[in-house]
Amino acid sequence: MGMDSDLFCEGLVRRFGNNAAVDHVSFDVPAGTFFSILGPSGCGKTTLLRMLAGFDKPDDGNIHIRGQRMNDVPPNHRPVNMVFQHLALFPTMSVGDNIGYGLKRRKIPLAERRKRTARVLEQVGLPDLEHRNPQELSGGQRQRVALARCLVLEPTLLLLDEPLGALDLKLREQMKVELKHLQKQFGTTFVYITHDQSEAMVMSDQVAVMRDGRFDQVAPPEELYREPETPFVAGFVGDNNRLSGELLAVRDNLADVRLDDGTLVQGRVASDNLKRGQRAELYIRPESLVLSGDALNSGYSAMQATVRTTLFDGANSRVEAECGGQPVYARLPQDGSAPRLSADSSIRLAWNPTLARVFGADSL
Amino acid sequence: MKSSVSRLSLWLLLTPFLLWIVLLVLLPHLQMLRVSFQVRESWDTIAWGVEQYQNFFTESYYWRTFVRTGVMSLFTTFLTLLIAFPIAWYIARLARGRSKGILFLACLIPFWASELVRTYGWMILLRESGLFSSWLQALGWADGPVEMLYNDVAVIVGLVYNGLLFMVVPLVTTLDGMDENLVEAGYDLGGGHGTVLREIVVPWAMPGIVSGCIVVFMLTLGSYLTPILMGGKDSAWFTEQIFTQFITRFNWEQGAALGVLLLVLSSVIVWLGLKISGQSLRKVMG
Repeated sequence: MGMDSDLFCEGLVRRFGNNAAVDHVSFDVPAGTFFSILGPSGCGKTTLLRMLAGFDKPDDGNIHIRGQRMNDVPPNHRPVNMVFQHLALFPTMSVGDNIGYGLKRRKIPLAERRKRTARVLEQVGLPDLEHRNPQELSGGQRQRVALARCLVLEPTLLLLDEPLGALDLKLREQMKVELKHLQKQFGTTFVYITHDQSEAMVMSDQVAVMRDGRFDQVAPPEELYREPETPFVAGFVGDNNRLSGELLAVRDNLADVRLDDGTLVQGRVASDNLKRGQRAELYIRPESLVLSGDALNSGYSAMQATVRTTLFDGANSRVEAECGGQPVYARLPQDGSAPRLSADSSIRLAWNPTLARVFGADSL
Repeated sequence: MKSSVSRLSLWLLLTPFLLWIVLLVLLPHLQMLRVSFQVRESWDTIAWGVEQYQNFFTESYYWRTFVRTGVMSLFTTFLTLLIAFPIAWYIARLARGRSKGILFLACLIPFWASELVRTYGWMILLRESGLFSSWLQALGWADGPVEMLYNDVAVIVGLVYNGLLFMVVPLVTTLDGMDENLVEAGYDLGGGHGTVLREIVVPWAMPGIVSGCIVVFMLTLGSYLTPILMGGKDSAWFTEQIFTQFITRFNWEQGAALGVLLLVLSSVIVWLGLKISGQSLRKVMG
């Protein structure tokens, strides 16, 4: 455990019946960082967060906050505050009373409470809203009040349970950036759970990808994207194409794979113990696929595919093709270099083998 | 043509309501009001006056009973709230699935019997030769038969029991709609049990609390059977005096005046209750 870590968990387990919702999870969050736990619904991330907040108790393992063991500390005595999924602003109190609630519990005198409330509202960009009711605010404003209500208490750790889920797309994009700035501004350690990989990627210093109660990988967003350690991470974080085939050979950290339609391709070895002849899966990102058939580097792998349709989405436009019965997506550059593609025409998709990752099929 | 049809259907729909309001609520009360201001001078002449109301204030027995009834009704309402709140909390927040329905039904079942039967049920338990008395003797905690009936405590027990359902139902309804996260947020931000209850749960449940209290208070204030059957000589209830005036003494004028006063009392107390709790009648009943 690092001396400057705000949150340190070791071997956390929480079982519901025979099913372990959280299964031996250990991690360390350095002070002042933005830590995200990313996973599909039902992966145990909410259970994990509730244990950190104190609403649920681990069956095994320890939670340390700034070096203090927290397992038996009730939620109202933990230096931890939580922004709930639906915010849980107290509807019977004004914005000012919502924010003052926690301060009042600490017996801070009224004048000081007012001062701090006004200051934190200013910091989250909602000056002079103390006397409004939460119901009168917009979704984005309510979000900020919920944040302010926690941040005014200067917690060691701020837990956020997918608070952006209820916002519309545009506001969500805006709040993502805003949250990151607020975290930097306050310097509070954030632990954020989400199923939206884009939220996790944009905001976090570290992202833990969670599946079936365990962490698959904990890494900074870019590393997660470029160097996924498991097929699940490769498929869950960002768009990815999965091509299955048979492993022929491994040399110089490159694996030769024969795809199911017979094409020979290459990719970087991503899992240990790859054996000749075993089933393998090659992951290649849509933006790593090159469309033109000519002007190819000699070292590139290539395969033949049939165009199904093109999906125009501005900078994120893609072509949907099919190769040996498997769908493949490739990014269509919008600088005019992309060829015109008609349905059912044949294209060659090529890639630099170091950008593709090969996993054993059984390691999923 | 079309508008006349819709107007006709509107009137047809309104008629039962208007009949009910006018015939059963408005007219009898106006009549009562009129009768209460009539003074009988001789067997065939009647004058207008406030003699009956003067009687009420000069005859201490009237207004003492009046105050007693009001105070005891308020106390009963408060006690019912205290008992009903944990029950409602359990039904609304803790019970799950089938047990929730069964518990709710358990609160409802006593009301399939009439008030008379329910009150006699309590009398079987509380009277001198009743169940509780014989248990106390069997356990050796009492030497002889214990009379638990015919006092104020027995009256309040009966009244609380009669009012409980009408308090539980609105409380369950409001507590049911409360987001669990509100309570958790209350603890998360540093509140203890008392704080969360006082600052978050009670303000949220306020419309249910007030509507339950109004109903229970009205029922208690206007109840007749329970205080008569379970109360003693000294536990006079105001409704009893109204009954005496109308039926025993055939003094309709005095009975009407007492009835009007009871209506004024309950209206004033409900109005005060709404003012103090900061609720509006529309919010509470809607």
